[in-house]
Amino acid sequence: MSAPTTEPTTTTVSTSLIRRTFRRRQARIGAVLTLVVVAVALLGPVLGPLLTGFATDDFAGRPFQPDGVLGTDDLGRDVLTRFLAGGGPVLLYAVAATAIGIVGGAIAGMLAGYSGGRLDSIIMRGGDVLLSFPQLVLALLAVAVLGSSGWLLVLVIGVTHIPRVARVARQATLSVASQDYVLAARMYGVPRRRILATEVLPNITGPLMVELGLRLTYSIGYVASLSFLGLGVQPPAADWGLQINENRIALIVAPWGVILPVLAIAVLTVGTNMITDALAKESADTTGENS
Amino acid sequence: MSAVQMSTLTSPMARMIGRRLLLSVLVLFVVSILVFGATLLLPGDPARAILGQQATPERVAALTEQLGLDRPVWERYFSWLGGILTGDLGFSAATQGPVSELLGGRIAASGLLLVLTALISTPIALALGAWAAVRRGTRTDSVLSGSSLVLAALPEFVIGVLLVVLLATSVLQILPSVTIARPGEPVWTRPEQLVLPVLTLALVVIPYVVRMTRATLSEALDAGFVEMARLKGLPERTVLMRHAVPHTIGPVAQVFALQLAWLAGGVVVVEFLFRYPGIGEALIDAVANRDVQVVQAITLIIAAFYVLVNLAADVAGILADPRIRTSSGVDA
Repeated sequence: MSAPTTEPTTTTVSTSLIRRTFRRRQARIGAVLTLVVVAVALLGPVLGPLLTGFATDDFAGRPFQPDGVLGTDDLGRDVLTRFLAGGGPVLLYAVAATAIGIVGGAIAGMLAGYSGGRLDSIIMRGGDVLLSFPQLVLALLAVAVLGSSGWLLVLVIGVTHIPRVARVARQATLSVASQDYVLAARMYGVPRRRILATEVLPNITGPLMVELGLRLTYSIGYVASLSFLGLGVQPPAADWGLQINENRIALIVAPWGVILPVLAIAVLTVGTNMITDALAKESADTTGENS
Repeated sequence: MSAVQMSTLTSPMARMIGRRLLLSVLVLFVVSILVFGATLLLPGDPARAILGQQATPERVAALTEQLGLDRPVWERYFSWLGGILTGDLGFSAATQGPVSELLGGRIAASGLLLVLTALISTPIALALGAWAAVRRGTRTDSVLSGSSLVLAALPEFVIGVLLVVLLATSVLQILPSVTIARPGEPVWTRPEQLVLPVLTLALVVIPYVVRMTRATLSEALDAGFVEMARLKGLPERTVLMRHAVPHTIGPVAQVFALQLAWLAGGVVVVEFLFRYPGIGEALIDAVANRDVQVVQAITLIIAAFYVLVNLAADVAGILADPRIRTSSGVDA
C-alpha cells in the first residue's frame, strides 16, 4: 500500500485517539478545569473593568487595604481587576514555547530517527548539551546575558524543550521507519521530506500529542516561575506570576492577591496534566494493540 | 560463579559504562564552552562593569590587563576553565570579592536542602508507590495515583506558596514563612526554618517516584516469574520481597538520581521563595544584578551536578538491567 491510502486511515487514528481520551472521566474533568482558567484568562481583561469599575493601572486605595471587591495590591491597585487581566501573558508565552518545542523537536527527532548515522549522532549529542542544564537554569543564564523579555523566555523554554521532544519523536520514528509502507515509499524514490511528512508524522502523532500536553504543562510552570522570580513579565504589566511575587509580603492581611493567581495556575496545570495523563494511557493502549 | 564467568559478564557492561562516562566528560566540556561563550554576547566592557562608571580610564585599563581581557578568547577560556577546576571561580562585580568566597557556605546550605529532601522523600515515595502497586485497581490505588498526578502538575513555587498559606500565614501559623537566620549564621542552627523548603521540595519529588515505583512494580507483579513464584506456593510477602522488589531497584535508583537532578533546578525557585541562603538564591540575585561571573560559576556548578547525577542514574540502570547483566553480546 502506498501514500494515497495510508493518509486517511492514520488521520482517523489520531482523531479517534482524542475521542477515546475524552471518553475517560479524568480527561473530561481536566478539560473543564483547563477551560475554566482559559476562559478567565481570555475574558478577564474585558470583564474585569466592567465588574470592578477599575482599570488594571487604576489606584483603588492605599496598599493592602480591604478596598474594592477583594482588596488592593502592593501599590493600591484593585486585586481582582489585575487577577482577571493577568492570565494572558502566561497562556500566550506557554503556548508559544510549547509550539517551538513540539515543532522543533518533531523535526529533529524524525530526522535523527529516520536518517540514522552521522546526522542522528550530531542531533542527539547536540541535544545532550542542552539536556545538561535544568531548563530554568538555562533560562536564567539567558536572562543574565540578554536581559529579561517575554519573547526571550519563550525562545529559551521552547528551545530547551526541543531535545526532550526529539528523544520521544526519534524513538517513535525508529519503530515506524522499518514498516512496509515506509520502505515502499522509499523504494519508489519519494524524497525524505515527503516520507517524513506523509508517512512518518501521521503515525507518531500519539506520542507527540502526549509530549504536547506534557510540554504545555511544564511551559506554564516555567513561564509563571520566571515571572514570579521577577525575571519574566515586567511590572507594571498584570501577570499571575508577578502578582504573586508583588503581594506575598502581605499574605496575612491581604491574601487574595496571592491566593487567586496561585489557584488559577494550579487549576490550569492540574487540568492540562489530567488530559495529558489520559492521553498517555490511551496512546499506550493503542500501541499495545498494534504490536 | 567462577572468576572467568564474572569477567565475561561484566566486560560489555564495563564498556557501556566507560562510554557513558566519556560522553559525560565531553558534554561537560561543551557545556563549559557554552557558559563561557554566553558572556561574550554581553554588551559593554566587563572591567568597567566591575569598577563602575566613575572609574578612570587608567584603572579600567589596569583591570582589563589584570583580568586578561586583552588576550585572545580561547586563551581566556582556558584560563577561566583552569581557574574553575582549581577552585578559582572568578570575581563578583556585586560583592567586590571572589566568587568562591560568596558561594562556599551557600553550596553547603543547598546541599543540606537536597540531602534532607532526598532522605525524607525516598522512603515515603517508595512505600506509597509499592502500596499503590500491590493494591492496583483498588480505591487506595486511585487515590494515591490521582493525588500524585495532581501534585506532579504543580510548579514548585505554587506548592511552596500553598504551604506558606496553610502552615505559616493564613490558616495556621506554626512555621516561619521565610528563613530567619541572620546572614552568615549557618541555616541548621534554626532547624524549624528548614521545614517548609524541604517539605516543598519533597512534595515536588515524591509524586514522580510514586508513579515510577508503581509502574515498575506493577509490571513486575504481573510478570511470569512472579506468577511462577506464587504457583510454587510461596507466601505473598516472600513473593513481593524476594522476587518482585529486586526487579524494581534499578529503575528506582535511576529515578532517585533523576530526582536529585530535578531538585537542582527546583531548588532555585524554592530558595528564592523562602529567602534560603543557598546557591539558588545567589543565582537569582546575580541574574537580577547581571553579575555575570557569579551566574557563570553557579550555572556551571548546577550543570556539572546535573550531568553527574544523570550519569549515576544511567549507570544504575545499566547495572540493574538483567538483560544487559546476563547477555554478553549487548552493544547498545
